[in-house]
Amino acid sequence: MHPAPSVILFSTLSGAGFGLLAFLGFGLPAVTGWAAFGYFTLAYLLAVGGLIASTFHLGHPERAMKAFKQWRSSWLSREGICAVAALIVMAIYGAGLVFFDMRIGLLGIIGAILSFGTVFTTSMIYAQIKTVPRWNNTTTPAMFLSLCIAGGALLAGEVKFAVPLLILAAAAQIGHWLFGDRALADSGTTLATATGLGARGEVRAFEPPHTGTNYLLNEFVYVIGRKHALKLRIIALVLMIVVPLVLVLLGQSFIFVALAATSHLVGVFTARWLFFAQAEHVVGLYYGKR
Amino acid sequence: MTTLPTSTDRKLGLVIDLDTCVGCHACVISCKGWNTENYGAPLSDQDPYGANPTGTFLNRVHSYEIQPEAAPAQLIHFPKSCLHCEDAPCVTVCPTGASYKRVEDGIVLVNESDCIGCGLCAWACPYGAREMDAEEKVMKKCTLCVDRIYNENLPEEDREPACVRTCPAGARHFGDFADPNSNVSQLTAQRGGMDLMPEMGTKPVNKYLPPRPKDQSLKEEVDILAPFLEPITEAPKGFLGWLDKALDAMPGGPKGGSN
Repeated sequence: MHPAPSVILFSTLSGAGFGLLAFLGFGLPAVTGWAAFGYFTLAYLLAVGGLIASTFHLGHPERAMKAFKQWRSSWLSREGICAVAALIVMAIYGAGLVFFDMRIGLLGIIGAILSFGTVFTTSMIYAQIKTVPRWNNTTTPAMFLSLCIAGGALLAGEVKFAVPLLILAAAAQIGHWLFGDRALADSGTTLATATGLGARGEVRAFEPPHTGTNYLLNEFVYVIGRKHALKLRIIALVLMIVVPLVLVLLGQSFIFVALAATSHLVGVFTARWLFFAQAEHVVGLYYGKR
Repeated sequence: MTTLPTSTDRKLGLVIDLDTCVGCHACVISCKGWNTENYGAPLSDQDPYGANPTGTFLNRVHSYEIQPEAAPAQLIHFPKSCLHCEDAPCVTVCPTGASYKRVEDGIVLVNESDCIGCGLCAWACPYGAREMDAEEKVMKKCTLCVDRIYNENLPEEDREPACVRTCPAGARHFGDFADPNSNVSQLTAQRGGMDLMPEMGTKPVNKYLPPRPKDQSLKEEVDILAPFLEPITEAPKGFLGWLDKALDAMPGGPKGGSN
């Protein structure tokens, strides 16, 4: 799949932003006044910044409001509704903390659930896509959610939560990679089933429909990243898990946690780039590719 | 609403005969022509006369080689367009309701003025039937020529999809699959019409007729009288025959010296 920078930026930044909002919703850390203002500003910059970035890949961003209609069937629609609901609830909750020194616990918990819900609905946009076997399994939401929670813990400076959550996120990410590497073969979809001609002999793509490229090949048959996949996986894992773990175990002052969170986000960005670049869409089979 | 109808009154679709298709791409051209000049955003081209021309097509013809175990290889031309699936995954993912499946005839359509160009429907389609137009930034797909098949301004013989109307080999058939007596239902029954990627659970309406069986063995005698014909010698005659013998007799040849 084509790794659109706007979508990768969205899932990285919003994932961490909603993770931080969830922690704030649970009262971790229990901040009020200016401190709360700082945390909420960071969370909203990440979450809203990511959401704005995501509209850049739309052909007609001016029609984005129409996307809230089809929540009955569409995970993308559900994501939009969940995100807006989370942002509104957390804004009221945050205003209470910042301006009135008042924590409305129930509102915080609802906001936290909606924040996790937003990341879950994002992950389901990918997990529902049957045509991309690498995404079409439970390791996708597990990976998105565990990274969201771990990133939130880091940004919230909750080191005692961050350490185990980072280890959990590493396991979920590695699980997604290992499962994903076999997914296309395990799906049973081949050029033989794609053409229905498999029973007659070995099917080979002889001639593509056009000599040049097209939308389908650009969007779904992105092969550039695959050569360096292993190296990029190691880089991603080191930046998003190992470096932050070492940093927060070395010291828990602001600078250590800030560096840990930055490294984590760069690592997640790398992993999300691979999430797209490595994903094989079955339409590639029609072109004799994967 | 992008939830799918539980059933449709009619199931309009195509039968594509892989035995008959000659791979002329006339359907590709007529489709592009009709759908550029008529309903909806035109199918644009980018850099059409330059080094890297690309463009939007609703129908593309692939060619595949089948190599049976003990028979000559076969070339199959394979037109591919929207299959108007009963369980269309492209429709349910649409966040705006721009994509929908019609209850009256089962055609899957895009309301272009509602399309935000997110591309998710193209991701969901296993067949590559949807393409985002690079100029208009909306999703384009086969409409089954909805502006032809009901168009009373056209002569009756033209009220079928442009690809079907133009096919010089008669490899494309249009009709109602809900009617067991329709031309398409009968063809499907007689020739073993098949689904593409049935494991995807999309329940395509369009069916593909597999190529008819060809001669299966390379060694099998084609003509029962052939063995009685005088054998034709394959050894060269005249000057070439002499040269062949002379070269064979030289050292290094099959009858030549010991090296």
